[in-house]
Amino acid sequence: MVLEAISRSGRMSLVDKLYEINWVFVLLLTAIASVGFAMLYSAADGSFDPWASRQMVRFGMGMAILLVFALVEPRIWLQLAYPAYGFALLLLIAVEVAGTTGMGATRWINLGFMQLQPSELMKITLALALARYYHVLEQDRVSHPLYLLPALALIALPVALVLRQPDLGTALLLSVVGVSIIFMAGLSWRYIIAAGAGALAAIPIVWEFLHPYQRERVFTFLDPSRDPLGAGYHTTQAKIALGSGGVWGKGFMEGTQSHLNFLPEKQTDFIFVMMSEETGLMGGLALMGLYAAVLGFAFTVAMGIRHQFGRLLVAALAVNFFLYVFINVAMVMGLIPVVGVPLPLVSYGGSAMLVIMAGFGLLMSMYVHRGEELPKGGGII
Amino acid sequence: MALDDRDADKQKLFSRRAAILGGGQVALFAVLAGRMYYLQVIESQQYEILAEENRVNVRLLPPLRGEILDRFGEKLASNRQNFRVVLIPEQTDDVEGTLDKLSEIVPISERTRKRLLRDVRQKRGFVPLTVAENLEWETFAEVNVHTPDLPGMQPEVGDTRHYPYGEDLAHVVGYVAAVTDRDLEGADDPLLQLPGFRVGRSGVERLLENELRGRAGNSRVEVNAFGRVIRELAKNPGTPGDEVVLTLDMDIQRYATERVRGESASVVVMDVLTGELVSIVSAPGFDPNLFNVGLSQAEWDGLTNNELNPLVNKTLAGQYPPGSTYKMIVALAALEAGVISPHRKINCTGKVKLGSHDFHCWKRGGHGPVNMVESIQQSCNVYFYEVGKRVGIDKIEEMSRRFGLGDQLAVDMAGEKKGLVPSRGWKRATTGISWQQGETLNASIGQGYVLTTPLQLATMTARIANGGIGVRPWLVRSVGGRLREMPQAVPLGISPAHMKIIQDGMDAVVNIPGGTAFRSRLPLEDLTMAGKTGTALVRRISREERARGVLKNEELPWKFRDHALFVGYGPVADPRYSIAIIIDHGGGGSRAAAPVAKDIMTHVLTRDPMRMAAYEQIRRGGDVTSLDVPGTQMGERG
Repeated sequence: MVLEAISRSGRMSLVDKLYEINWVFVLLLTAIASVGFAMLYSAADGSFDPWASRQMVRFGMGMAILLVFALVEPRIWLQLAYPAYGFALLLLIAVEVAGTTGMGATRWINLGFMQLQPSELMKITLALALARYYHVLEQDRVSHPLYLLPALALIALPVALVLRQPDLGTALLLSVVGVSIIFMAGLSWRYIIAAGAGALAAIPIVWEFLHPYQRERVFTFLDPSRDPLGAGYHTTQAKIALGSGGVWGKGFMEGTQSHLNFLPEKQTDFIFVMMSEETGLMGGLALMGLYAAVLGFAFTVAMGIRHQFGRLLVAALAVNFFLYVFINVAMVMGLIPVVGVPLPLVSYGGSAMLVIMAGFGLLMSMYVHRGEELPKGGGII
Repeated sequence: MALDDRDADKQKLFSRRAAILGGGQVALFAVLAGRMYYLQVIESQQYEILAEENRVNVRLLPPLRGEILDRFGEKLASNRQNFRVVLIPEQTDDVEGTLDKLSEIVPISERTRKRLLRDVRQKRGFVPLTVAENLEWETFAEVNVHTPDLPGMQPEVGDTRHYPYGEDLAHVVGYVAAVTDRDLEGADDPLLQLPGFRVGRSGVERLLENELRGRAGNSRVEVNAFGRVIRELAKNPGTPGDEVVLTLDMDIQRYATERVRGESASVVVMDVLTGELVSIVSAPGFDPNLFNVGLSQAEWDGLTNNELNPLVNKTLAGQYPPGSTYKMIVALAALEAGVISPHRKINCTGKVKLGSHDFHCWKRGGHGPVNMVESIQQSCNVYFYEVGKRVGIDKIEEMSRRFGLGDQLAVDMAGEKKGLVPSRGWKRATTGISWQQGETLNASIGQGYVLTTPLQLATMTARIANGGIGVRPWLVRSVGGRLREMPQAVPLGISPAHMKIIQDGMDAVVNIPGGTAFRSRLPLEDLTMAGKTGTALVRRISREERARGVLKNEELPWKFRDHALFVGYGPVADPRYSIAIIIDHGGGGSRAAAPVAKDIMTHVLTRDPMRMAAYEQIRRGGDVTSLDVPGTQMGERG
């Protein structure tokens, strides 16, 4: 009833919008972030300094971004889609020129108040741009080769730049997010099957382009005992930490692997391991449950949106979020090679946190305005 | 509406595709959950063990080695702090660089460096390797200050063996040295793997290694990924080694050592009632502390090439012809066999002829007629040639064995030689040639085949002094507070009358003018010593040489001079201590050995009354009461 009224009016007041925000979802995000605070507190041996307190501030900033984004109408996002994409692309190029090198790869750009990772930003803007593209495109043209090419180009440009940094993980993530949009837009299965076969065939070629350290990671993944004190050390120690946690864990702040520094990067990429060591299988499953709830909510929202832009955007953001969680957890459990992907909302780190929250802001914007329709046009194409 | 229719199509298609993706995500999440279950439930125990292994380090704590004390509690071997630096290779990336830096503070020899680099390659990275030991406090403090610049280097305070009397006791107490590969064979005591651990190599240290070593303690510590100790989880200090108390009296040991310093000599002082060894000196000694620290090549060469044989414990392993000190045995054998009356005189003309061979007395021109006591007093060879001829070698051998010659005696000392007491059977068995009578004559004056050790001579004399009780020498009085039992001493079945004649003869040697050791009688009013001198030839004197005039010892190279011997006991009125002295190549027994015996026996009999009192008390304590010898009540001697 209320929705119909809003839908008819076409315009909502600020209060209406605030009321329409799904606060349960916001609470869900806060719960996940709080798991992170607790683990960062533990990682610092029972201190808010240096990680937990800063992470709280960032989460606060992220929440502010989420709420502001939620209030913005989808129409505006549609208009901003291409410019935002263009901006992110420029930033990626800027990184090439003036980026900071960390860990052997150029990924960061210094904005003065924080280190920005443009490739993170690109995950959202790529989703925006592709959603925008398919929003306008007639359904019967989706599978037309001529109309597939621009979409592929939108993906290929940032992927190529990110590969140059080099950041294989993010490049793969971007590709998967982009391809999943094309998939959800309804691309014919013929293409999909052909692309799958092509991807398999491309593996040897990609291998040739991999950096030695990336190949080493793959080797080590295949056989961690190859180098138990070097590259395989992370995986081995992570498995020990997880496994020794058992069903109920060793207790909060009692993780020996984490606190005695056997576990590397415990506050960032390997925070899931630390949590699992201290809270056990139950803690790990509970966190996975929270993530599943977020994803379930996102897909439910996507299916209820009345325009292709919102649907594709929300679903793509969900896919992106899923990939973060899956890759991180699979990596720390030794299922896939070690790649630098944080556990969203939990791992210590500013860039990812802000980008994730901004993404949820877009999601919430679509949710708040889910009753509204979005005409085509008004954009560049 | 057209737009609505088309969007409815899009939405339907999207929902299908989104559902596929969602389903894929659920499946992948299931994979993660499955993996979590696998790691945290199925494999959990294995990983728990691995986590524990990561976290907990067990460090061995070496036990304090038991101290070795003399009978009054004076420390003969103790432990003192050892400041050292160990290297833990896994804590540094650059072993050589760290060594270079350390060598600016502590000199590191090329040999040490090579050994370390080899060990770094061969041993596991967390095994500490000793870099430098026994540092001065100042140097050690400097290393401590610089540890932040010396990754992998750890200053440690350990315990090291210390022998306060150094070479005075080297042969008795022995020494400890680094563990060798041979020690590790078949041994499973983890202590042996500990860097800087020492095991007993000789003497008491070796004999009682198991008792002295103690049991390893351990400390379970929690370590972090860098090997740093976070906290101690549990500590078991281990069991220190047993304290060992010897029968030695350090006061006498010290005096005796000092008295023969510079000589190659043996001194054994024994309690004739119990067999306890009061003093065992084998001179020269060596500094056992050197073996603990490690000898340089030059030091080693100095010990092995020394013609005074500092490394050999001559009291146990030195085998000497007993010379005239053997005459008591021959006399006893003759008395028991009844081949001569003790009062019967035999005329000494300076030599006897046996076949074509002359057997000489030491005194040219001879002693004239001498009875048994006189023959002992003046050490007349001719008398004993005759007596020996009458009694025969086999009876002499039998008597020798009753007095402890020809066999190992010590119950708690290693490396003792048997000596040699010849007999007809022995000669036939070893050489295939039958015994010659001339050999009996030689044996009768303690020459020829007969070989004895200083320990045997002291024991022999003790058995004479105590009236024929077969005491055995022993050195270890108590281990870990448990007193050891005195070795069983059975009566030798010698007639007291015969014993008395021998004792009178020995008394006369020292205390009656004309005795070979009369000049060495004790300078005491009421306490006297009995004894017997001996001179053991180390070369055969040829007929031509004798014709030319026998060269005096002083004219011979040291190596060819006679060994000087003296055995004795005191006080004569109530014998308590026997003494055996051999001065290697010292010349005549009466000139070289007897004066030493006089001084030592004087010292023994006139010790500090307080010490004597303590001595008595220990004896009254009742640990050695099994002895049943008449006339040994305590306190008779002032």
